[in-house]
Amino acid sequence: MNAIKALLEVKDLTLKIGATGKTVVNDVSFSVSPGEIVGIVGESGSGKTLAARALMGFVPPAVRMTSGSILFDGEEVTTMPPKRLRAMRGSRVGMVFQEPMTSLNPSMLIGRQLDEGLALHRKLDAAGRKALILDMLRRVGLRDPEGALTAYPHQFSGGMRQRIMLASVMLLKPALLIADEPTTALDAVVQRDVMELMVDLTQANGTAVLLISHDLGMVARYCSRIVVMCQGDVVEQGLAEDILARPQHPYTRKLLAAMPHRLPARALPEAQTPIVAARELIVDYPGRQGFFRKEAPKRALHGISLEVQPRQVVAVVGGSGSGKTTLGQAIAGLLKPTGGDILFNGKPIFKSETAYWDYRLSCQMVFQDPYSSLDPRMTIGQLVAEPLRLVPGMSTDERKARVAEVLAEVGLKDGFASRYPHELSGGQRQRIAIARAIVRRPSFVIADEPVSALDVTVRAQVLELFAELQRKHGFSCLFISHDLGVVEQVADRVIVMHEGRIVEEGSRDEIFDNPRHAYTRKLLSAVPGLESTGDGGVRLFWRLADQDKEMAVPG
Amino acid sequence: MKTPAPNALIGGALIGGLAIVAGIGAVWTPFDPLQLSFRAKLAAPSAAHWLGTDEFGRDVLSRLMAGAATSVWISLLTVLLAVTLGTIIGIFSGYVRGWFDRIVMAFNDALLAFPGILLALGLLAVVGANKYGIIVALGIAYTPSVARIVRGTVLSLREKEFISASRVMGNSEAFTMARHILPNCIAPLTVLATSLFGWVLLAESALSFLGLGVPPPAPTWGNMLAGSRPYIGQAVWLGIFPGLCISLTLLGINLLGDAVRDRLDPRMRGMR
Repeated sequence: MNAIKALLEVKDLTLKIGATGKTVVNDVSFSVSPGEIVGIVGESGSGKTLAARALMGFVPPAVRMTSGSILFDGEEVTTMPPKRLRAMRGSRVGMVFQEPMTSLNPSMLIGRQLDEGLALHRKLDAAGRKALILDMLRRVGLRDPEGALTAYPHQFSGGMRQRIMLASVMLLKPALLIADEPTTALDAVVQRDVMELMVDLTQANGTAVLLISHDLGMVARYCSRIVVMCQGDVVEQGLAEDILARPQHPYTRKLLAAMPHRLPARALPEAQTPIVAARELIVDYPGRQGFFRKEAPKRALHGISLEVQPRQVVAVVGGSGSGKTTLGQAIAGLLKPTGGDILFNGKPIFKSETAYWDYRLSCQMVFQDPYSSLDPRMTIGQLVAEPLRLVPGMSTDERKARVAEVLAEVGLKDGFASRYPHELSGGQRQRIAIARAIVRRPSFVIADEPVSALDVTVRAQVLELFAELQRKHGFSCLFISHDLGVVEQVADRVIVMHEGRIVEEGSRDEIFDNPRHAYTRKLLSAVPGLESTGDGGVRLFWRLADQDKEMAVPG
Repeated sequence: MKTPAPNALIGGALIGGLAIVAGIGAVWTPFDPLQLSFRAKLAAPSAAHWLGTDEFGRDVLSRLMAGAATSVWISLLTVLLAVTLGTIIGIFSGYVRGWFDRIVMAFNDALLAFPGILLALGLLAVVGANKYGIIVALGIAYTPSVARIVRGTVLSLREKEFISASRVMGNSEAFTMARHILPNCIAPLTVLATSLFGWVLLAESALSFLGLGVPPPAPTWGNMLAGSRPYIGQAVWLGIFPGLCISLTLLGINLLGDAVRDRLDPRMRGMR
């Protein structure tokens, strides 16, 4: 690696928060050679984003660099005068951000946004710039590049915007592209397309890529070398295949072990009356309404039927806009369906008040965002005790005992009851949300993306807790998720949704090993799987790779 | 709790001082606030008249003390009325949505289009210019702005997952509003209520200025300030002291309001 002169050489970089002196990036060293793809992997708080931002001189004002050097193409970035730094940004080093919804200026035409950087850094006339832009837009796969020039960002989907963002960065043919979680906000299927486009484009231009991500699978798939960061330290770095197969540092091992993996299929009792069943569920969202106009309603669910057996975990997967969240809300009773029925223990819940109330008390929900699902003004004890208010004939002492018991069950023992949500971490909050959902001993729990807001290792712990509670209390579960890895780990049965319809349904093994519908295949082939090799390492594989196309780990 | 925050200390001292002065003023003042004395017209502050006398020779300190109770009482009740009405309307509108919301908010916006003082003038013409008339008129005049702000807060709150969680639990709509929505509106409400207190103090003086306030000769800070205007060149203390009283009260209320808001918010506790 050192044979070629490194394009980027970071040495002993240390960043501290000015006010408290807390070290956020500690003695970090790594290098990127020309044309190479290097991944920085870490969980939130690992300092990966700050380290990458420092490369462009973009650290927030509160953060100070206390030592180290950053050499870009032999030039020291840390002492560069602002003017020189500005010339370097964009033209030599490009950056793609996580959030395609906000990284393009919503009030500016695409054409002008792309032109901005070119006009600044390249000596070309307007016609020449336009030709370059059109060429690049065609290259990133926009169907109508000419039309895109005079369109606004909101007219494009998230995936398209990220392509446009990529186009705007690659127009200048930078020597280094820093991509900070470039596909985290995108759908699985779109994710792979964008990543592959990024790799193609950068390889064609000889651009090196520094890919920052929490997603080990993705990083391993596209990067030749990986830098693993944990709480400001680089704990391990090396070739991708070495790190995957023979992780040295305990943290890397932990990270790899936390990747979701398939467990042997569970034996469940033979089909009885389903505990919850939906029959031809239709949900329409009302169109925009004013005093004088009424737009046509939009159909979000086109007649969904499903059954959840006692003790069974049924996963609903699909991309954004597939209607999976709407389905969860309708089954939870948060939305009144336009048509169809929900049956609880065989009884339709909308027909009688008692059946509805019976269902209401037996069905609970865990939400996606642990930061907004807990009332910030209530203590943990109050939050967990709240559902018990409606349980008939429960004394105050019994309630207290139950709250303490459930808090212990979710692994939060003494002293948590009097704390407030903001004092807890995301993982702890999600434990509270789970405690609140199971405190009434429900027979059915709906979990809407319960772990997608959590870090990899925390996610593994919460999933394990959830599975354990599910075994112990035997509640059935409707598990809504876009993350196929998680679904593969928890589900007994899988329902694949696309555009408000169920496209495929079957046992977990059927869906994952032998998908029949084209959309399911597309979904599965979009995410790399990681398989434990038994000795602490993992093997990367593409699902359906043997059937669709061969793919090997690069490097 | 460790040492109280400085804003709580200063605000508390100012408001406490005000309460004491108003309390004393209600039962005893150095001079009779209505006693005319043409020999001591527009007298500068002196040992006898600490804060001077006005154009009729009435003692300014006595009038300020007597007026404190009236002014503060009017403002307090007005703010209470506006905040209560506005919160109820705002929460229902924001939470229930639909036709109820649209009609109520259309009406609300129509009222907002009038300057508060103009609306109060119109209402005063109906209810009559006296202490309680002013409270009702100003209270109603300021309700729409409270309702707007509360509704906005509720609109963002009702999309939060903890509201969905409350509904999934089986809580009734009324319980959800009272237990989850209302407490989370308190932060913007305290800020609003404290600034409202200031507007009302000033609005009351504006009404007095237009002759629709508390009828003279009864003193309020507002009509004292308004009455000082012609004499600003000869007797500057006539305007300064009521003005100072109003400013210090506002400062105290604002500081105290911030302290109360922080105290009520669990996220702010233990930060200092």
